[in-house]
Amino acid sequence: MLITLDADLVEITLRSLYVTLTALVIASAIALPLGALLAVRRFRARRVTIAVLNALMGLPPVVVGLIVYVMLSRSGPFGVLGLLFTPTAMIIAQVIIIVPLIASIAHQALRELWSDYHDLLISMNTTQTQRVQALLWDGRRALLTASLAGFGRAIGEVGAIMVVGGNIDHHTRVLTTAIALETGKGEFALALGLGFVLIAMAIAVNLAIHVISRTERGGRW
Amino acid sequence: MSNLFPVKLEGALVRRAGKVLIGPVDLELHAKGVAIVIGPNGAGKTSLLRMMHGIARLGEGRIDWACPPSEARAHQAFVFQQPIMMRRSVLGNLAYPLRLSGLSRPEANARAAEAAVDVGLGEMLDRPAPYLSGGERQKLALARALVTQPELLFLDEPCASLDGRATREIEEILTRAAARGTRLIMSTHDMGQARRLATEVLFLLNGNIHEHSPAEAFFGGASTAQAQAFLKGDIVE
Amino acid sequence: MKRTILAVVTSTLLAGSALADEMKLAVTTSFHNSGLSDILLPQIKQDTGIEVQLLVVGTGQAIKLGEAGDVDAILVHSRKAEDKFLAGGFGTHRREIMYNDFVFIGPSDDGAKLGDATSAKDALKRIADSAAPFVSRGDDSGTHKKELSLWAAAEVTPEGDWYNAVGAGMGAALNTAAGLDAYIMADRASWLNFGNKGDLALVYAGDPVLFNQYAFLPVNADKHPHVKTELAAKLEAWLVSDTAKALINDYKINGETLFVFNAE
Repeated sequence: MLITLDADLVEITLRSLYVTLTALVIASAIALPLGALLAVRRFRARRVTIAVLNALMGLPPVVVGLIVYVMLSRSGPFGVLGLLFTPTAMIIAQVIIIVPLIASIAHQALRELWSDYHDLLISMNTTQTQRVQALLWDGRRALLTASLAGFGRAIGEVGAIMVVGGNIDHHTRVLTTAIALETGKGEFALALGLGFVLIAMAIAVNLAIHVISRTERGGRW
Repeated sequence: MSNLFPVKLEGALVRRAGKVLIGPVDLELHAKGVAIVIGPNGAGKTSLLRMMHGIARLGEGRIDWACPPSEARAHQAFVFQQPIMMRRSVLGNLAYPLRLSGLSRPEANARAAEAAVDVGLGEMLDRPAPYLSGGERQKLALARALVTQPELLFLDEPCASLDGRATREIEEILTRAAARGTRLIMSTHDMGQARRLATEVLFLLNGNIHEHSPAEAFFGGASTAQAQAFLKGDIVE
Repeated sequence: MKRTILAVVTSTLLAGSALADEMKLAVTTSFHNSGLSDILLPQIKQDTGIEVQLLVVGTGQAIKLGEAGDVDAILVHSRKAEDKFLAGGFGTHRREIMYNDFVFIGPSDDGAKLGDATSAKDALKRIADSAAPFVSRGDDSGTHKKELSLWAAAEVTPEGDWYNAVGAGMGAALNTAAGLDAYIMADRASWLNFGNKGDLALVYAGDPVLFNQYAFLPVNADKHPHVKTELAAKLEAWLVSDTAKALINDYKINGETLFVFNAE
């Protein structure tokens, strides 16, 4: 199939990329500022929030899948949206899975940076928002690592997107669910082949992001 | 003209973990000059500067600037003993406070570049600040503190770990800033430096101001026995 | 570069949605694993213009999806569950389409001598008596329910070290059986299409009690007004047509017929 059905292969590979990269962008937009805010701000629920985030990092994806399924099911609260078994549902599930991971790693990295910057930024009379911005910008390399960890978790995830996406051919089938399907059929060679495609793609994306971020720094950093 | 001065401290005190670090301090300072803060280790030099700047929380008493407290810090800057380098280029570090004050990026960059030239860092605008040498870092920190033209600059032993050449360069920059009218309040261990720069002296002992005199009077003959002992190089408790 | 990729992705995704008449059909793994769906779906698309999106799940989950209104119809093979589904008002009616049969698979040396069994009951008794390793789906699927009903008929309580309920789909269960060199009950289609047979072989088949009736049940629009009743009706009409009959009856794997069309 890797050779003969390569149109299908390209399709599911691109869909994997589309779903995971979209989820990654959304999750990063939520998790990175959240991580920075947790580093900068001392609010009452802070410790609880951090503990919850750390706990959620270990949440089995299939549980997230089930929760999203129950929410999006026609019989659930958001059923009218008709999102179940669509790529959008898969994106939602992946966002929920990787936000705690990205936020936790971002928080760890930015906490160190904040202990460096603390006196200076307070001395400069910065607002909360300006502090978060400074941490996000100056900590961008560490944050890139946090995001890439999120990407790794999302691209290889199968439990949740199987439940909420349904692995429908030409609609919600992605690399991981295709691998699960072929494994189920006992087609180990094909499943392994798809696995290698997945790994290759993950490596390619990682390299691409590193290259892009380096050229943007234009040699300064 | 002056927004900040005179400043009055009344019974100002800072505690940490129940222990008094500095205070209660009663002090009045006016707009001009270089106040040098000296005293043995642990006397509260750093705490006094941090308390006045407002980055250590006041436990008791009050500090009254001539302007509302919310504006006071905008006219001040602080140079730490260990310079805090933002993970940016030299130019980025210098432009940051200007950007905070609302300047556009091109304007901020232009002024930042001038400020770099002023302290002799004009050749290394694109160098990442954390990779600078100790002297270069402190010069950058100083330039960054001065770039917004504050009325008052606090310096916490800025030359503590620098060699003679870097120390001289820093002192030249400080002398120029003072000549332009920037009020300096600086702690130091280096009595030579204190003599070179001071117009008035704050001698701290055991968490409080023990003596506050004009520099000539202080170095000519300190009025308290402890200050005289300290100047002679004795251990003062 | 980014833009091109985005354009390609968007177009593939759009092509996969919006354009055609789509409906969602929950089917059992055994049906999908047979490969018959790959033959039927393109023909359905061609004849009726309907793009049928398959959700391949166990019977238990298929029924749940129907009850929740998350699919427009279900194609399953567990009479009891189907009747309950209808009694609950979740489906409009039940239409029998075709049947295939279940077979017993086991290690090729057949230690429990299922080859000599006289009936499905007898086959199960032989497994239990010799405590030969047995893999059960254990996932509330139609196949699992069928297996449990056969144990009950054989008056054996399947318990003990030899009985492995894996809680997985047909393919995964077959993989487990291949790994354990165990006996397992599977539908013939999944078995024939299975790619990892290892040392396993078909050891018993043929008891009429092992016949496996597939039925099509549209979801009731009274419960879920959004379901595509018309498309489901069109699909049903096609499934009982002569075209479907010919395709189903002629579908063979390794020269063996898998399904018998029996719609009326």
